[in-house]
Amino acid sequence: MYDVIVVGAGPAGLGAAIEAAKAGASVLILDENDRPGGQLFKQIHKFFGSGDHYAGTRGFRIGENLLKEAADAGVEIKLSTRVWGLYPGGIVAAATEEESRLYHGRYLILATGASENSLVFKGNTLPGVITAGAAQTMVNIRHVRPGETAVVVGSGNVGLIVSYQLMQAGMDVAAIVEAAPEVTGYAVHAAKVRRAGVPILTSHTVVEGRGERELEAVVIAEVDDRFRVIPGTEQTIKADTLCVAVGLTPRTELSAIAGCRMAYSPALGGRIPAHNEDLETTKPGILIAGDLSGIEEASTALDEGRLAGTKAAEGLGLLTPAAAETRKALIRNRIAALRQGRFGDKRRIAKQVLWDEYKNRGDNT
Amino acid sequence: MRRITEHPILIIEDTEELTFYYEGSPLTARRGDTIAAALIDNGIRAFRETPKRHETRGLYCGIGQCSDCVMVVNGRPNVRTCVTLVEEGMRVEVQKGTGGADR
Repeated sequence: MYDVIVVGAGPAGLGAAIEAAKAGASVLILDENDRPGGQLFKQIHKFFGSGDHYAGTRGFRIGENLLKEAADAGVEIKLSTRVWGLYPGGIVAAATEEESRLYHGRYLILATGASENSLVFKGNTLPGVITAGAAQTMVNIRHVRPGETAVVVGSGNVGLIVSYQLMQAGMDVAAIVEAAPEVTGYAVHAAKVRRAGVPILTSHTVVEGRGERELEAVVIAEVDDRFRVIPGTEQTIKADTLCVAVGLTPRTELSAIAGCRMAYSPALGGRIPAHNEDLETTKPGILIAGDLSGIEEASTALDEGRLAGTKAAEGLGLLTPAAAETRKALIRNRIAALRQGRFGDKRRIAKQVLWDEYKNRGDNT
Repeated sequence: MRRITEHPILIIEDTEELTFYYEGSPLTARRGDTIAAALIDNGIRAFRETPKRHETRGLYCGIGQCSDCVMVVNGRPNVRTCVTLVEEGMRVEVQKGTGGADR
């Protein structure tokens, strides 16, 4: 029996585990991967934000710091362990290659993250068409280039950052293709890839991946204001790699089988478990954090985890309501700072809509 | 070869070489490589063929979520090569359809 079981050892899960454990809870994290940190260790760029958010620190260093913080707080982490079921009363079913067994937690915090969206076009299954995350994993973790020349679809921060990191790994990036009329990621990232000579083609999309058994070329075309391909604008780019960076979708499977009511928020990635500002779902004792509670970014995920972990500690009676509130107010302020500006505003408003809906509906349990 | 040996930020440690077999032929990998990374380093990107249309598939998500990169490894089908480390003497084969998993 654990006080808290956390599913997922990414930034959100680690943040949650650290806060709960620091308050005195016994905490177990289960993660299907063979190493903890989620996607943090492939983030080799420096993070933005304030000093409280490790601004100027590279993602993998933040990961190392979190793992140390978790170890110091006495958090137990079981890796290569896939959670496949949740049952009433805090029962968690998890399997390794060798065995499947049950764990029991007073509180569950789901931090299952997200999966990358795919894009439909002819030839999208050819070897060489990969997600942006896969490209990043290959160059930054596996240290093998997925190909020689890449086209990247999507000019959000992921598309821009991955483009730059492919070049750091020695690949050519022929173009970044963006269906929207303007770049969707931060201007500073866009400027960096443009300075490196990569054209960002807005109002363009990929129409075809060509190749017999593997990707050899990418056909792109211009789109009109309703994202329809304009005939006659097609051009072929010789490339052996096509990176798809068109957003993320929360991994809601476990929250759904636990019976959490689902909400819908296009701005935050689609179907998301309904939750309040303390990250409580509609199921008592089940909290969520990170990309599962809405697609944002790693610093927000980490602090959302810390908020959920603090709430669990409060629920366990390890923190007085007053002590918990002091702590939560501090974290809430940090998160609010991350949900500012042209990009943050959309997420802040979408979150508020979710919280209000949670509060106003009477059927939350 | 596609291995990264120099990088402006990452420190890349040299690890021990090992030999594994792709379709019966020996290939060189480094300890700590996933099967997928070792194959791509050797220029191999088509990992399996689909059951009905015999289309090629390879690495896609790179983190064990999508199962597009599965191969027959040491006779066992449906091994996710993007999250399975290569081992000395390992036999890796292109998976045709289910690779016998439905037999």
